[in-house]
Amino acid sequence: MMTLHVGLYHFLIVSAMLFALGIYGVITRKNAIMVLMGIELILNSANINFIAFTRFGLMNLTGQVVAIFVIILAAAEAAILLAIVLNVFQQLNTVNVDEVDKLKN
Amino acid sequence: MNFYDVIFYAFAILTIVSAIGVVFSRNIVYAAFALLFAFFGVAGIYVLLAADFIAVTQILLYVGGILVLIVFGVMLTSKAYDVEVKRGVLQVVPAVVIVGAIAGTLIGVFMTTPWPISNFAPYEETARPIGALLMTQFVLPFELASVLLLVALIGAVIIARREKGTKPR
Repeated sequence: MMTLHVGLYHFLIVSAMLFALGIYGVITRKNAIMVLMGIELILNSANINFIAFTRFGLMNLTGQVVAIFVIILAAAEAAILLAIVLNVFQQLNTVNVDEVDKLKN
Repeated sequence: MNFYDVIFYAFAILTIVSAIGVVFSRNIVYAAFALLFAFFGVAGIYVLLAADFIAVTQILLYVGGILVLIVFGVMLTSKAYDVEVKRGVLQVVPAVVIVGAIAGTLIGVFMTTPWPISNFAPYEETARPIGALLMTQFVLPFELASVLLLVALIGAVIIARREKGTKPR
């Protein structure tokens, strides 16, 4: 149960707060790079969950291995997204996600 | 409250406050620096969870790699005269509603689920067993991840080097 003594629940709650903040950043930010920062926060919160369950749960080291794969995917995703953002900035001179609406017209 | 708890609360507060700084900062450069501290806080939490290898990987890859990429992106996409890189926000009220619902649901689920808790001692060092797992049980995802990284990085280079006005071949 929830006590002041740190256990599994404390890590889960930190992860939930981090996840909520990341979602907030993704939804409200206009700048594509700020959206990327929100996504990184979300991935970090997922990793905290994986590693907390490795430490306290019944899945030996599997959680940590999955966390490594999450980090790898985050690196690939950041590289791709920044390439796309740089290209959009060259073409349209903006990185605000609400102004990139060329397909609409 | 023993020493472990104090350290945990310190890292948790560092992480959450930095994440709040990332999300609410008006200046994108300040947000990037807050993200640095958030990553360090998460790395400290990994250390508290006895995941030494992941903690070092977090610092090397996130702080050394992804954050540098993000800072480069900030520098390359903000105009030189635009020192105060102010960017607006949109849909604040729906976002608050959605985020409140998500956070409430998550915390409720986390608190009410009876998680199975093991009493195993934490691993003393994790690099060796993780390496063994990657080469035995997870060898297929490991190889797939290497191919994916290669494809993603080559694709990123090709996308980023396309000049303005040129058509993709």
